[in-house]
Amino acid sequence: MSTAHPKTAHPKNAEPASAVPGTPVLSVRDLSVSFRSDTRTVHAVDSLSYEVAAGEVLAIVGESGCGKSVTSMAVMGLLPPTATVTGSVRLGGRELAGATEKELSAVRGKDLAMIFQEPMTSLNPVLTIGRQIGEVLRRHQGLSRKEAKERAVELLALVGIPAPERRVAEYPHQLSGGMRQRVMIAIAVACDPAVLIADEPTTALDVTVQAGILEVLQSLRERLGTAIVLITHDLGVVADAADRVLVMYAGRAVEQAPADELFTAPRHPYTRGLLSAVLRPGQEGKRRLPEIPGLVPSLAAQPDACTFAARCTHADERCGTARPALTPDTGHRVACWHPVAATAPAHEEAAR
Amino acid sequence: MSAVREAPAPREGSAHEGDAVPVLEVRDLERHFPASGGTVRAVDGVSLTIGRGEVLGLVGESGSGKSTVGRCVVRLDEPTGGSVALKGTDITHLSRRALRPLRTDMHLVFQDPSSSLDPRMTIGQIVAEPLRLHRLVPRSGLRARVEELLGQVGLRPEHADRHPHELSGGQRQRISLARALSVGPDLLIADEPTSALDVSVQASVLNLLADLQRDRGFGCLFITHDLAAVEFLADRIAVMYLGRIVEEAPTARLFAEPLHPYTQALLSAAPVPDPALQRTRERIVLSGDLPSPLAPPPGCHFHTRCPVAVDRCRTEPPALRELPQGRRVACHLAHPDSRLSGEGPSPEHSSPSGGTSQR
Repeated sequence: MSTAHPKTAHPKNAEPASAVPGTPVLSVRDLSVSFRSDTRTVHAVDSLSYEVAAGEVLAIVGESGCGKSVTSMAVMGLLPPTATVTGSVRLGGRELAGATEKELSAVRGKDLAMIFQEPMTSLNPVLTIGRQIGEVLRRHQGLSRKEAKERAVELLALVGIPAPERRVAEYPHQLSGGMRQRVMIAIAVACDPAVLIADEPTTALDVTVQAGILEVLQSLRERLGTAIVLITHDLGVVADAADRVLVMYAGRAVEQAPADELFTAPRHPYTRGLLSAVLRPGQEGKRRLPEIPGLVPSLAAQPDACTFAARCTHADERCGTARPALTPDTGHRVACWHPVAATAPAHEEAAR
Repeated sequence: MSAVREAPAPREGSAHEGDAVPVLEVRDLERHFPASGGTVRAVDGVSLTIGRGEVLGLVGESGSGKSTVGRCVVRLDEPTGGSVALKGTDITHLSRRALRPLRTDMHLVFQDPSSSLDPRMTIGQIVAEPLRLHRLVPRSGLRARVEELLGQVGLRPEHADRHPHELSGGQRQRISLARALSVGPDLLIADEPTSALDVSVQASVLNLLADLQRDRGFGCLFITHDLAAVEFLADRIAVMYLGRIVEEAPTARLFAEPLHPYTQALLSAAPVPDPALQRTRERIVLSGDLPSPLAPPPGCHFHTRCPVAVDRCRTEPPALRELPQGRRVACHLAHPDSRLSGEGPSPEHSSPSGGTSQR
């Protein structure tokens, strides 16, 4: 079910998801994840829905604890048994939620792959990188040891590792951080997955290295038509790589929009706060950074209210008593009773 | 623009003898590690000065040696050469015992909070530890002071009873910050203090650092790879590459006119949070990896990746030259009037200053 669907030169300028023909490859509906312990329950993700089409990059943005990583672990079926997952995760028409471990492991690494933040903890230090890339190929594509090694060399070249024939026999500790992350990407795309979930892929890397990794991801979606779910907290990375953006706050989706629109006309007060708090290199004077007052709410409750209300300058009674839905159904969606008018300039208000 | 605060106004006690004495003076600092097959020159001749209440940003990528500089400054690591003077006192070779009273004058905030906090202590115990060891607060007042400090770094009082593993990475870094601020240091060495924090948290921590720095007037060595953060906080910025400082300038000047090709590449590589602008930006992509500090390239350390390197760069190491406006740069080709740009290796590069030996 590999979708080798070549993408045109400037996917960024393409219309948002609705304009991409065909059904989304990954479709998440009403996904909720909670963790139960003896004393309390934490609702990490609360009725989250998103979809991503072939060749599209959807960025999921949010601060730590907002549930963005738990969402992707739930999609991959990698959560521990203490997690309760409800909702639907459809990958190309196949339902993954509630699938057995055996069914899932047939999908993971083949149709659905993931890369993590810290490559050193994901790679096995005592196996050569060729062996680790080959493992996926041998398992899912039944390649022989020799074929797998040849393919591993090709994959290393694909992700921009110089001298791949030599590198393939090296161990993770012999590579730099950026090279390790490229190896992780090579493992992830070895079987030409339909969807690649990249969880903070550049967070542990230097900016000059990050630039290279973002280019690799960009070329993958252009050459292989991979749908990419890019999980990040870095709005600079979002601006660089994403077609569409989903903003999460306290386990819920608060805004979803095409990338350009989100940055020029954010409508949720949280998104606006986030965008005004971000540092812009080369544009900082000694200004005071706008802060978002207050703290992220505890995830123990699932109130029928806007979870951002306590920190929001626009909040009124309704925000505290009814949960706003993410509306409209397509295009620029926002979950707020008092969304900022689409025309208002972005930075003014947050700086109040 | 008020970006250039050269001599920060001394706050209370301005008549101190120490006005002219810098909080930190590092001279030709070297930290070489013996390794099989040679010597790793992690820090190779770094000189820095931080005045009272001044914030110096030390910028570089991983492996540049910036953290080692920080560790040598607080004597967590022994320099193999050069000197470190804290408020005029040479501490390079002081014994641990002699150094102990000076420990309240400086504090280090580490890069990785998960490995710098004892997992078996509660947050309250962790923050109270320096207060207890230096006898700064009577035992009965510890809890209140800890809660106050937690509040200052944006945490709730009940966090005092939790353990580090119960907190997020961002919250853990705030604990480190609370711990460092507890002793009221004159010099704060902050090693990537905000790298692990979320955008809005980072904003509040940077504001907090700026506020505290202004109110208490401590000097700060702010070590980071995040150019935007350093621009926000620092008065001056020094850029490190492979154990050496390649450029130093007042913050606004560095961003307006980066002279060293490495600084230019760094500035261009950091994505800006604006898709329209980001699409138009030209990225200087550096080829290859950071060379091994075991065998740094001859000549200019950066020449293997430099888009404008000429023959001279491959053989002759550039000195860190003093330039007008308080700048220093270590590049044969850079001079402040005609800004270097990635035009490719053109030997016709307009008369590099002092470039008599070229060609």
